[in-house]
Order: sequence, then structure tokens, then C-alpha cells
Amino acid sequence: MNINDEIIFNLPADFERISALEPNTLVYLSGAVYTARDQAHKRIAEALASGSKLPFDLKNAAIYYCGPTPAPKGRVIGSCGPTTSGRMDKYAPMLIENGVTVMIGKGVRNQAVIDAIKAHGAVYLSAIGGAAALYQDCVKACELVAYPDLGCEAVYKLTVENFPAVVSIK
Amino acid sequence: MRTIDSKIIEAELVKLIDDCLKVPDRAVTDILESVTDAPLPQAAARLIAKNNAIAERNGVYCCQDTGQALVMIKLGDEVCCRGLADAVERAVISAYASARKSVADPITRINTGNNAPAVIETELVGGDMRDKLEISFLAKGAGSENMSKLYMLTPADGKDGIVNAVVDAVRSGGANACPPLVIGVGIGGVTETACSLSKRALLRPIGIRHDRADIAELETEILQKVNDLGIGIAAFGGAHTALDAHIEVKPTHIGMLPVAVNLQCHSLRHGTLVF
Repeated sequence: MNINDEIIFNLPADFERISALEPNTLVYLSGAVYTARDQAHKRIAEALASGSKLPFDLKNAAIYYCGPTPAPKGRVIGSCGPTTSGRMDKYAPMLIENGVTVMIGKGVRNQAVIDAIKAHGAVYLSAIGGAAALYQDCVKACELVAYPDLGCEAVYKLTVENFPAVVSIK
Repeated sequence: MRTIDSKIIEAELVKLIDDCLKVPDRAVTDILESVTDAPLPQAAARLIAKNNAIAERNGVYCCQDTGQALVMIKLGDEVCCRGLADAVERAVISAYASARKSVADPITRINTGNNAPAVIETELVGGDMRDKLEISFLAKGAGSENMSKLYMLTPADGKDGIVNAVVDAVRSGGANACPPLVIGVGIGGVTETACSLSKRALLRPIGIRHDRADIAELETEILQKVNDLGIGIAAFGGAHTALDAHIEVKPTHIGMLPVAVNLQCHSLRHGTLVF
């Protein structure tokens, strides 16, 4: 595959095709992803532990580690690049065990997350850290799903198009 | 005694911060537009350059992490500026009004709601600077700041120890800090001196070496060894883990060698005003 070819993969329909790709393959994602970062992960983990209501169906879900800036007038979202995935390592295995198949963020993961990804057939993709204005242009719709009190750390459902990311761990 | 109106400072600082948060240092974009590397990191370089162009064209933030505001002030000892502290605080709140709210209580994690307080560092200066007021702004996001380190070396560790410390910091944290990086190294003084110097080192333009030859040589050696790590642009491998390494030094105790390493992401957002 040529690095300059923009091959689009739809989420969640094309999950099997994405997970069949070699690591370090650049892909362009379209479809639904849920934003969640530090505090949202803490709450989701607490909800899983206590059996209370989850903010969205984790089964086959794609999570984007992101806390966007507020949407400027006339736009659906503000700047929205990835945040450091490692801070979610404490919670990620639990989410993977409960059905999450795709994680998108930046930076390295710890061994427990790598093991969970491999055991459950999930995929971790690296988005380009700091490319927040570029990713803003990839978001076509943004819907508040849960935890509005968390501000930028709330859970949003994003509909993305041509979102560049690199297959990193599978 | 020179008197400076803090209202003028407030207005200029609001504009400086707003401009900085939207468009990062153009030297970074210039390098990333033309850099040659392996296919994946080179593709990432072009996407980052495109990101910065979109930010400038659309007037949006180049990175969603608009950081905690660092305001570094050099205050001449013959300058009187009534209300300076409040003016800086108001400028930060105003310039960050449409930015992300990224500042929270460290224990409760409750957001302050307005990006205040800024981190304000003030240095009293005399000599040629005695009738001047210099205000520098640096936006520091969590991704890169979290990967920064302080090493309390011993004099016996010497230059090799310094180089090894910087390489160690980049090896352990560079991939998470949004490379390509600019590396700020502060050496000397006590703990906070080294940390402060490592931040000040980031204010120096990319490509400019320290005016002391031995330190300039150390900067070149560090840059080479960091790039040998192969972490690369967006941590996708290759030859460009860092775009530059800057060192600032101050004398230290005969029994100490503090070395602070501050990793700066490619969203280098800084500027300086001199009154």
C-alpha cells in the first residue's frame, strides 16, 4: 500500500479489515468514535465495577482519547487532536474486556494494555499528536453523550471522515 | 523610576497569547514542510504542517491542549508598574476565554473554569535591563510537560552525565510528548533554577546556538544523540525526534549538578514582549 493513498476504512463495519493490516500502516477512518479521556475513563470504570449504567454501548465501540476545545461559531467542534494514551492504561484493559475494539490516541501503551489488545483482538491506532486543527476538519458531527459536568472531558459521539491514524498495536 | 501603564501590558499580552495559541512557531512548520525522512514520518510531518496551515487559515487552535499559561517576567529594578499581577491574570483569562478549560485543582480535579491561575514567574533584573519590563509567554500542554524530568547529578557525572540524562528523558518520554520536540535543558543553581532555565531555553529561536562555545557544542551533541534514538516525527520512527536542543546555565553549588529536561512538543507556542 502506498503511503499517499487515502484508503478509507469505515467504523465499525471495516473493523476486521483494519485489524488485518500490518502495524505502521496509515489509514483514514470514517464513522463513529466516542471521546473519552482521564475523568470519563474513571467514571466508566466505576460504572463497570458497580454494574451501573454505561454512557454508551462498549461492544465494538471505538474510543478516541480526546478533550476538544469548545466549538467556535459555525463549527461542530473545536480543535480535537489526540491526548496521551498512557494515562488511560489503568482503565483500558477493563474496557477492552467489555467490548471496546478500537482505541485511538497518541504515544505508547503499557504491557497490560498490549496483552489485553492481543487477547481480545482489539486494535490501537496512533493519531498524530498536535494535529488538532486537521482533526477538527475531519469531524462532521458531534453529539454530547454523557458527563456534561466534565466539560471538555465529557463523552461525545463524533462522526468522522478521512481521519488519519496509524495502526500501532493489534 | 520609569512608570509603565499595566493596561497597555494587558492589551498587548491578550493579543500575544491569542496569536501564539492559534499558530505555532513558524520555524517548526517550515522544517516540517520540507523535511525528508522515511515514508511514514514524512507523511506525518506534512500532516502536521497542513494542520498548522489550517489553524492559521481558519483562526483555530493548532492544538486542543492550549496548555497552562506560563508567563515569565523580567522586571527592571527601576520600573514601576502598578497592578501588573492583576493585569497579567486578566490577560490570561481573556485570551483563553474561547480556549479549552485545562486548569483544575490538583486534589479534587475540579476545573477552575477560566484557565487561571497562570504560572507567573518574576525575576528582578538590574544593569542594562533596569528600566525594562520583559514578558514572555509559553503555552505548556500536559503531554509534553508530563514527560519532563529533573536529575540531581553529581559534579563527577560531568558533561557525559548531562548528555545521558537528556537522552534518558527523551528515550523514556519522547514518544508521548508529540515529537518532533524542542528540548529545553536547564543546568545549575538549585532545583527550581534548573527547571526555570529549562523553560527559558525553549524561548530561544530554533537553530540558534548558545553563545558560549562549550555549551553550543553540548547542544549539538545532545541533538545528535537524541535523533539517534529513532523515535521520530509523531513517534513513527526516523531521523527527526528533535528539531533542536537548547541549554541555559547558571552557576551551582560545588557539590551539585542539577539538570532539568523540559520536552516541548512541536506545537511550540511562545512569544516575548519588551516594554
